[in-house]
Amino acid sequence: MKPTDIKNPEYFHKVVDCQYACPAHTPVPEYIRLIAEGRYDDAYMINWESNVFPGVLGRVCDRPCEPACRRGRVEDEPVAICRLKRVAADNKTDIKDRLPEIQAKNGKKVALVGAGPASLAVARGLAPLGYDVDLYDEQEVGGGFMRSQIPSFRLPAEVLDEEVNYILDMGITTHFKHYVDSLKSLLEKDYDAIFVGSGAPNGRDLPKLEGRQDGDENIFVGINWLESVAFAHTKSIGKKVLVLGGGNTAMDCCRTARRLGGEDVRIVVRSPQKEMKASPWEIEDAVAEDIPIYENHVPHSFVIENGKLVGMKFEKVRAEYDENGKRSLIPTGEDLVLMECDDVLIAIGQDNAFPWIERDIGLDFGKWDMPVVDEVTFQSTNERVYFGGDAAFGPSNVITAVAHGHQAAISIHKFCQGEDITDRPAPDVNLLSQKMGFHEWTYDNHIDHDKRHLVPHVDKELALANLKLEVEKGFDQELGYEEAMRCLNCDVQTVFTDNLCIECDACTDVCPTQCINFTDNGEEGDLRTRLIAPSNDQEQDLYVSGELKTTRVMVKDENVCLHCGLCAERCPTAAWDMQKFSYSVTKAG
Amino acid sequence: MSYLKSTFRHPESPKNDLGYTQANYEGALSTLCAGCGHDSISNSIINACYELSLEPHKIAKMSGIGCSSKTPAYFLSNSHGFNSVHGRMPSVTTGANMGNRDLTYIGVSGDGDTASIGMGQFMHLVRRNLNMVYIVMNNGVYGLTKGQDSATADVGSSSKKGVPNMYEPMDLCELAISLGSGYVARSFSGDKDQLVPLIKGAIKHNGFALIDVVSPCVTFNNNPQSTKSYEWVRDHKEATGTFDLVPEEQEITVQNPDQINESITLHDGTKINLHRQPDSLDITCRESVLSALEEAKQNKQVLTGLLHLNTDSNSTHDILNTCDTPLNRLTEEDLCPGSDALEALNQSLR
Repeated sequence: MKPTDIKNPEYFHKVVDCQYACPAHTPVPEYIRLIAEGRYDDAYMINWESNVFPGVLGRVCDRPCEPACRRGRVEDEPVAICRLKRVAADNKTDIKDRLPEIQAKNGKKVALVGAGPASLAVARGLAPLGYDVDLYDEQEVGGGFMRSQIPSFRLPAEVLDEEVNYILDMGITTHFKHYVDSLKSLLEKDYDAIFVGSGAPNGRDLPKLEGRQDGDENIFVGINWLESVAFAHTKSIGKKVLVLGGGNTAMDCCRTARRLGGEDVRIVVRSPQKEMKASPWEIEDAVAEDIPIYENHVPHSFVIENGKLVGMKFEKVRAEYDENGKRSLIPTGEDLVLMECDDVLIAIGQDNAFPWIERDIGLDFGKWDMPVVDEVTFQSTNERVYFGGDAAFGPSNVITAVAHGHQAAISIHKFCQGEDITDRPAPDVNLLSQKMGFHEWTYDNHIDHDKRHLVPHVDKELALANLKLEVEKGFDQELGYEEAMRCLNCDVQTVFTDNLCIECDACTDVCPTQCINFTDNGEEGDLRTRLIAPSNDQEQDLYVSGELKTTRVMVKDENVCLHCGLCAERCPTAAWDMQKFSYSVTKAG
Repeated sequence: MSYLKSTFRHPESPKNDLGYTQANYEGALSTLCAGCGHDSISNSIINACYELSLEPHKIAKMSGIGCSSKTPAYFLSNSHGFNSVHGRMPSVTTGANMGNRDLTYIGVSGDGDTASIGMGQFMHLVRRNLNMVYIVMNNGVYGLTKGQDSATADVGSSSKKGVPNMYEPMDLCELAISLGSGYVARSFSGDKDQLVPLIKGAIKHNGFALIDVVSPCVTFNNNPQSTKSYEWVRDHKEATGTFDLVPEEQEITVQNPDQINESITLHDGTKINLHRQPDSLDITCRESVLSALEEAKQNKQVLTGLLHLNTDSNSTHDILNTCDTPLNRLTEEDLCPGSDALEALNQSLR
C-alpha cells in the first residue's frame, strides 16, 4: 500500500467515527470533553455552530453517531452521545451574546418555504450575513415537524421555542399561517433566491383496504393525528387503539395514544419485529409503556359494525429471504386474526407532495415526482430555487435537514454574490500535538471502563397521566460527567513520523488492542491477513507509514484503537504523537 | 504518565487451545524506559506461552536484580514469580525446581545479574543442567546505576558517555556451550519472528536452555558507537538459520529445496525443524559452533538463532535420579515409609 496521506483531512476525519457519521459533522469528542470539564456553554456553542438545535437534537436525534461510535466496537454499547448533547443544553447559561452578530443588510432577499429545521438552518446561515429573510409556514409557530410530529413528552415546547427563537430573533420576517400555494408567484416577487424546506407532508394511508371509508371517523393518518394533538385540536382517543407501522412515527403515535386515554394500545407491523424501522430506544420506550408489538400481521380489512369501526382483521405471514437477502412475506394460511379496536392510527410512512409547485417554471421533476436537486449544492434546475430537508430527497431526520440547510445557505450566498456555487469551501482543519511534557497530555487519556449509563425516566404513572411531561429526565451533571468519561477521544489522533522510528516495537507491545504492526508492505487485502490482530472491518482504514530502515512499514488498523496514547508514551523517539484533529464544516455565516 | 493499561482488548482476539487470549498471559504496564528492548522480550515470552497454550499457573518466573529482573512484573500476571537476590536467581530456581519439577521455570536476568555478580551461580547452574529457560536481557550496560559498561560490553564499544570499553567481553553463549548446555541461542529483542520460536523451543527443551538476547538500552547505550544498539545489531546480525517448532501431531509440508532441513525431536515428541543454508553451521556440533562464534566475532557480526542443540543431555533430575512426583507433593507416608521399609533397606545393604 502507498503511505497514508494524513495531509488529506478526510483521513483523520474518518477516524472520528461519530463526527464522520453525523450528517452535520458535529465535533462530538470535543464537546464531550467540554461537558466533562463542566464547560456547558462552550459545549453547547460547538453544537450550535454545527447543528443549530442542540437542545432538540439532544432529545430526538436519530443519532447516526452512536452506531458508529468506536466504543460500541470495543465493548457492548456506544457512548450516549445524544444524551450528552442534552446535558450541554440543559446546563448552559444565557448564550445569546455568543450568537453571530447580524451584519448590515446586504440588499439581498431570500424566501424560505416551511419553518422546519432545514429552513431555519438556512436562515441561521444567511441572516447574519445581512440577508433579508422571509419565512413562510402554514402553522402559527415555527419548528415544522419538530413541533407537529414529535410529541411534547419527548421534546418540550420550551426547548424547541428557545432554539427556534434564537434564529427568528436574527431579524427574520415570519409569515406564519401562510400556506404557500404557488412557487411561481413567489418567484415573481423580488426574491434573489428561494429555499424550499417544506418537508414530506403526506402521510401514507390504506385507501383500498376494505372498510376504510366506512370507518373513516375513527381511522387517522399518524402524522396528521400527531399534528392535531400537538396543536391541541385532538384531546382524546378510544380505549382500544391499533397503531399500524413500525417506524418512529408509529412509536410516537402509540405513546401519545396511551396519554390520551388509550388503555389497550397495540403496535401491529407487517414485518418481523427485528426489521422495524424505529430506533431501538424508541421501541424500548414504547414497550416500557405497556405497548405490545404484534409482528408479521398484514392489515386485511377494517371491521365495521353499524357504520362504526369495531376492529381490524390481519393476515398472518412469515418472512422468507432469498439468497440476496430480499424479503418476502408468505401467508401462513392461518385464520385471519381479529383485533378489536376503537381507533386506528396509520403510521406506515410519508411522502413528498409538491402540488404548489408549477411544472412550467424551469424546475424539473424526476423519479417519484421528486424535484431534481443537486446533492452537493441543493440547487434545483431553476437556479434561484434550492431544496433541503425531507423536501429534497424524501423523509429523513432533523440532523440531515440541518446539514442540508447549511450547504444550501452556502449555495444561496455564493449564488447571490455571483460566485460559482459548485466551488465549495474547504473545511476548517487543524492538527495539534497534545504533548504537555514528558508523557503528559492535554487530554485525559485514561480509559474509563464503565458501562453505558442509563438516562433516568419519570415514573410511568406520572408520565402517562400528562401529555406534556417529559419522560426522560436527562443526565444530571454527575451522570453526564460519568458518561462523558466513556468517550475514547477518537479525535486525538495517533500520528506517526516514520523517519523518527527506531523499530523498537514498544508501541506494538504496549497497544492494548494490538492495532500496531511492523511488517513487510503489501496490498491491502494481503496486509489485513498478516496483521497481529484480526482485521476484518474493511470500512476501517489501515494507516500505513513510509518505508522504515528495515524496509518494513508500520501498519495500524484504526478499527479498535482506544486513542489511549500508550504508543506515544512508550515511544522513545516521539515517532508517535497524540495530535488533536479538529474538523469543522464551513458555514455561510 | 499512564500507570494503568486499559483492560479493553481486541474484540476478536484469537484464543489458544486452552481458550485463553493473549491477554491472559500479560502483566502490568511496564515502568521501564520507553523503547527498552526488555519490553519486547517480555512480550515475546507472552507470545510464546500463549502460543504453546501453557497453563499460566504452571509457570514460575524467576529473576534477580536489575532492569531485566523487574520485567516479570510485566508478563504472566497469572503465574508464580520470585524476584530474588542479585545474581542468586540460579540457586533460588534450583531450589524451586527441586521442590516442584512440574512447573515450567522461566528465569530472566541481565548482563550484570548474570555475567558479573551472578557469574559463579550461573556457571554452576549450567553445569547442573537444571531444566529451565534462562533468558539474558543483554544490553551491555548497568542501566539501573546510570549506564556503566557491563561485563558483556564489547571491547571498543562505547555507550552514551562516549568512552570506549577497555575490557574483553564475556560471551555467555560460548560459556554455556562449553559447560554443556544442550540448548543455546542468541537473539535480538527487535526480531520477534526469531525470538518467539527460540523461547518456545527453549521451554520445550529438557534441560538448561540459554537465550542471550541483545536488548538495546535506549537511555544509555543506543548510540551508533555501541555494538548493542538497535542500529548496529540490525546491520551486523547474521542468523544461523531459521527454525520452527512443530507439535508432535503435525506433519511438515512445506520445505525449501535450497535449504537443508533437519528435524530434531525433543524430549516430549515436539520437533524442531531447522532450515539453513548448505554451507552454514552444524549446530549439533559443539566445536564447530564455538569456532563459528569466534569467527563471527572477528568479522564484527552478531551470530543469532539457535546456536547449539543437544537433546541427549541429562537434566538435574535425571542426574540425581529423583522421583517423578514433585518433592513438594510427597506426603509423610511417602517420606517415612515405616520400620518395615527401613528394615528392608538395611537388609539390602548387608
